[in-house]
Amino acid sequence: MIELNNVNKSFTLHNQGSAVIPVMEGASLSVEPGECVGLIGASGSGKSTLMRLIYGNYLAASGQILVGNVDVASAEPREILALRRDTLGYVSQFLRVVPRVPTLDVVAEPLLAVGKSQAEARDKAATLLSLLNIPEGLWGLSPTTFSGGEQQRVNIARGFAYEYPALLLDEPTASLDAKNRDMVLGLIEGAKARGAAIIGIFHDEGARERVCDRFIDVTGFSPQVAA
Amino acid sequence: MRADKDFRENTRARTETVKPLLQVREIEKRYGARIGCTGVNFDLYPGEVMGIVGESGSGKSTLLNCLAGHLEPDAGQVIFDTRADGPVDTVTMSEPERRMLSRTDWAFVHQHARDGLRTSVSAGGNIGERLMAVGDRHYGNIRERAIDWLGRVEISETRVDDRPTAFSGGMQQRLQIARNLVTGPRLVFMDEPTGGLDVSVQARLLDLLRGLVREMGLSALIVTHDLAVVRLLADRLMVMKDGHVVETGLTDQVLDDPQHAYTQLLVSSVLQV
Repeated sequence: MIELNNVNKSFTLHNQGSAVIPVMEGASLSVEPGECVGLIGASGSGKSTLMRLIYGNYLAASGQILVGNVDVASAEPREILALRRDTLGYVSQFLRVVPRVPTLDVVAEPLLAVGKSQAEARDKAATLLSLLNIPEGLWGLSPTTFSGGEQQRVNIARGFAYEYPALLLDEPTASLDAKNRDMVLGLIEGAKARGAAIIGIFHDEGARERVCDRFIDVTGFSPQVAA
Repeated sequence: MRADKDFRENTRARTETVKPLLQVREIEKRYGARIGCTGVNFDLYPGEVMGIVGESGSGKSTLLNCLAGHLEPDAGQVIFDTRADGPVDTVTMSEPERRMLSRTDWAFVHQHARDGLRTSVSAGGNIGERLMAVGDRHYGNIRERAIDWLGRVEISETRVDDRPTAFSGGMQQRLQIARNLVTGPRLVFMDEPTGGLDVSVQARLLDLLRGLVREMGLSALIVTHDLAVVRLLADRLMVMKDGHVVETGLTDQVLDDPQHAYTQLLVSSVLQV
């Protein structure tokens, strides 16, 4: 479902004398439906960069990033938009929303985008929000004013509202208490059971062991520092 | 894996059979020897929102005005997929045809609401006027639809007979949007739609625009210098400098991983809140 072949990435900083910073070299991996792969490696080794490359948020310098049958590295913007709508979900560490939009609508949005009815989308959103222990009194408010942990749970609810065949999870359990963490891991297990291909970053070792089938150390994709 | 394969084929079919709504080819506009904009090419698909960003004088408003038929480009084609006749070059079509288009399938939201409103006519009249321009004559219907649209842009029905001069800036802007969208256009041109408004009013307008774009399946071109606005509203982004397009791509990709020196400067110049 997700396959990377020899992906390279570097940043060119034009405003700092066009310094070129290589950040990834020869990244290759493959994830099957129903499988959860954990990315490991020290902070700054490129775990999030790899996720962003797969999501099309960063532009790959070369190589192939196949999600379904779309090569994200060479696809047109509208193909990537369609991919993000229908196939590939991403739960980032940060929640970015239009101010003033109620939490319930924020979570329901991915379902509306694939053409589900308002009622069905809101129903599903409500189920997920209660599952993740967001008090019903907050559903009508914008999540921009919520605490960090609440925002993260809203983000997760949004990421799991629609059943994406492929999912990227960037630290979905960070800053959650035991009960909520357990709930999120349950959602991930559910997604695996229905056949989703998942790539995750988990700093929490217990979480990692519970949901991941295998691990990839991204340190192996670090560019060799030229002498 | 059979289901997976079907799924993929469906996804592909959905994205490939759609025709572009607007095709822009080699648009150029000069002011004497000075370049307004040049060599602009892109396709806009139904339901897509594209942001055009760049500093003052980068040619973004010139481009928008050329595309919307307010300025005549010196070269290039603006091909619009009309309901009746399919793709037609709007640059070479007759003036009456273009005016009909701008009243029906096109809409233009000006930065200054007063440029897009008739200040001597009531709020309801401002909305009704566009309906009458496309042939609606039944007073009761027109008033009813005007009130419905006032509601959709969150203006109280009790204000229907007030003139827009009695409205706040944010209300005027919402009224302008109602006036533009009442005829169910397919393409909306917006020139700094949130410029000059309070941030709280901006947020409200952004939410409103996003909802309308999704419900009505609108395509939109939004010119702005506000990167936060395009991040929330636009699917795609085009960055202009000195009349040239220097970078295009997915909005979040252009903002988070800008490739061109100018875009990098633009993105790094934004104040973080």
